[in-house]
Amino acid sequence: MTLASEAPATSGDRRQKLFTAINRSAAWLSALGLGWLVPLLKIAAGDDPREQMGELRDSLLFPLLGIGAFLLAWAVLAPQVQTSLGAIPGPAQVWEQTGALWQDHVAEREKEADFYVRQDERNAELVAEGREDDVKVRAYTGKPTYLDQIVTSLKTVGLGFLIATIIAVPLGIASGLSKPFNGALNPLVQLFKPVSPLAWLPIVTMVVSALYVDASDAFPKALVISAVTVTLCSLWPTLINTALGVASIDKDLVNVGKVLQLSTATTITKLVLPSALPLIFTGLRLSLGVGWMVLIAAEMLAQNPGLGKFVWDEFQNGSSSSLARIIVAVLTIGIIGFLLDRVMFTLQTAFTFSGKR
Amino acid sequence: MTATTCPTPPRHRLTPLLAGLALGLLTSTASSAAMLDVEKDELKFGFIKLTDMAPLAIAYELGYFEDEGLYVTLEPQANWKVLLDGVITGSLDGAHMLAGQPLAATIGYGTEAHIVTPFSMDLNGNGITVSNAVWELMKPHLEMDAEGKPVHPISAAALKPVIEAFDIEGRPFNLGMVFPVSTHNYELRYWLAAGGISPGYYSPEDVSGQIAADAYLSVTPPPQMPSTLEAGTIDGYAVGEPWNQAAVFKKIGVPVITDYEIWKNNPEKVFGITAEFAETNPNTTLAITKALIRAAKWLDENDNANRAEAVEILSRSEYVGADAEVIAASMTGTFEFEAGDVREVPDFNVFYRYFATYPYYSDAVWYLTQMRRWGQVAEDMPDSWYDEVAKSVYKPEIYLEAARLLVEEGHVDEADFPWDSAGYREPTAEFIDGVTYDGTKPNAYIDSLPIGLKTGDSVVGAEVVAAAN
Repeated sequence: MTLASEAPATSGDRRQKLFTAINRSAAWLSALGLGWLVPLLKIAAGDDPREQMGELRDSLLFPLLGIGAFLLAWAVLAPQVQTSLGAIPGPAQVWEQTGALWQDHVAEREKEADFYVRQDERNAELVAEGREDDVKVRAYTGKPTYLDQIVTSLKTVGLGFLIATIIAVPLGIASGLSKPFNGALNPLVQLFKPVSPLAWLPIVTMVVSALYVDASDAFPKALVISAVTVTLCSLWPTLINTALGVASIDKDLVNVGKVLQLSTATTITKLVLPSALPLIFTGLRLSLGVGWMVLIAAEMLAQNPGLGKFVWDEFQNGSSSSLARIIVAVLTIGIIGFLLDRVMFTLQTAFTFSGKR
Repeated sequence: MTATTCPTPPRHRLTPLLAGLALGLLTSTASSAAMLDVEKDELKFGFIKLTDMAPLAIAYELGYFEDEGLYVTLEPQANWKVLLDGVITGSLDGAHMLAGQPLAATIGYGTEAHIVTPFSMDLNGNGITVSNAVWELMKPHLEMDAEGKPVHPISAAALKPVIEAFDIEGRPFNLGMVFPVSTHNYELRYWLAAGGISPGYYSPEDVSGQIAADAYLSVTPPPQMPSTLEAGTIDGYAVGEPWNQAAVFKKIGVPVITDYEIWKNNPEKVFGITAEFAETNPNTTLAITKALIRAAKWLDENDNANRAEAVEILSRSEYVGADAEVIAASMTGTFEFEAGDVREVPDFNVFYRYFATYPYYSDAVWYLTQMRRWGQVAEDMPDSWYDEVAKSVYKPEIYLEAARLLVEEGHVDEADFPWDSAGYREPTAEFIDGVTYDGTKPNAYIDSLPIGLKTGDSVVGAEVVAAAN
């Protein structure tokens, strides 16, 4: 009797806990773009399916319908546009090229492995002959594959964004805290903010080439040029939002700080940063989005390695598969841009919560 | 019982292994003895997406560079200027170059730098294409054979009425070529002048090359030729393959003549390095030349038997990247003019036969005479100057040393090389206009050509001023 009465109580408890957990993770899931998982999880946990279906329709069915309609329109309309490279490829050809690019990557990696086997054999022979001095270990010199280009682009945008953040956040805090500083900086921000990356590129190329003489292998010149161009264009949203965030800090907080006679450093770390963080992250999110767009243009124009160069090379190749490959790149750029944005949004959500706590 | 039998099988297995190892050692000493002691083994070479970069791709893909202990990265370049600057600044160790580039750089036309070439990459391989609209206008002026196909070679005389018609409408007739000192520029000019059309002059003040021109020539990078023609910016172009055949496949233009018909077996690309690189890395230079000679041999071997495989390699996106059938159209001994008009041109691309890879002084001198003819060399130069420049840029001595090593290693035949040549080819009249070219008498040759600067002429302002006497 006692056993029987205890069992439903614990399972009810468990269910309650499960729902709390699902509800708590809902915010995270939707930040990651997986909001449609929530109703599914609730159904799985035993909630009324009919109630959740409405939720599911909104979060999953409509987006899927949108994508489906787009694919259909693409498949129907694309073959009707004839270019000198043949018809615009539809989803099927693009998918085929995605596979081809992957195959290409695998084949190149095999070639690389073969190269190292040959090199090891050669060196083993030299050692066996007692000519250790002649042993050479050299890196493989094959072409960068599509995946390599994606990694290069991510590295470049990461570096550019990092530099931009290091410059923009302190400047933003300073101009948020000090009116005179803000007054001095504002005209410069307004002047440089609208400048296109393509205008910066020649100047950046010349300056980096002149100053960055001993290029290291990890950061070749081309990468630094693209990264600095990204920096110059993605600086502004972070700077402006940080300044705004810092300036709009609750006056009571500042007064309390004054009463407690906090040092400037403590004021910034304990008061200013926590309350400005949500806006700083809004700025960072915008900056990363701008940076990613700028990067592709910079790579294309400067012939620096990365996805932009891939697009340009394929355009120059002008083969029958070029257009499909370019569309693969366009979609990749879109998906990566979306993922980067989601990452920043997740961070923003995380810090907004802690900021309110 | 089991303990005693167990060790025997492994011992058996070991013996052939040891024997194999010993054999491997023997063969390896033979091959590594041949390997030169290279000063620089990690190299980066630039190229432009054209089929005549083939020796570089083949030397890489077939492991000829690796056989010489060279670790080479091949990198496509945006245009010829970027490529030349890369070699001069040292970001590239060497590159697939237009024959005119090392010469122009050495005499200081454009960016000045002493560039040398130990290896000539190929003969022929270019064509001149006009847009479909221009082709239709040219057609009434062409001579047709019994089958109703135009008689080749087509003279630029058929283009003259078209240009006159453009002129009456007040439209300039624009042609694209790839670089001011490119083979294409000189071939296009030669063809136009042979048909009575002035392609315009250069002067020290005006380097547009459009002074007193009937047709206006301007620069477009090779891979962009078809799209520029399609956009209507130019009415025709002179370019290397596969970009003439690409126009046929894309149905946007018609090739009218190949450079083989303008000058039979004309020199085309060279492999260029800085003189400084050749001096500080003599063994590396030899090793590169060896690998390239082997690649060229492979390309022409057994009556072009390897061309199909070469086409497959070149069609990869990291090399030329155009469709295999487009590249094959010219590389396998045929050339398609008007759609459907496929003609046999077995020597359209020559990489090895006819001593194609030997850097002849006479080839260099021909380009220098054309620079003088069109005003890029502003003043008269004595015959000795042509010879000196040719000898400071073209390095047959390095080439022959590399060839000698390859003969000793058994990779090539003794008969494949002109060992006793003085560096000048025999005088030839195999040009579209039949003018004889003798590389040892450049000034006399310049005076014998129609249209163009002659001895004593100079370009002042917008006109040609003849000698004062």
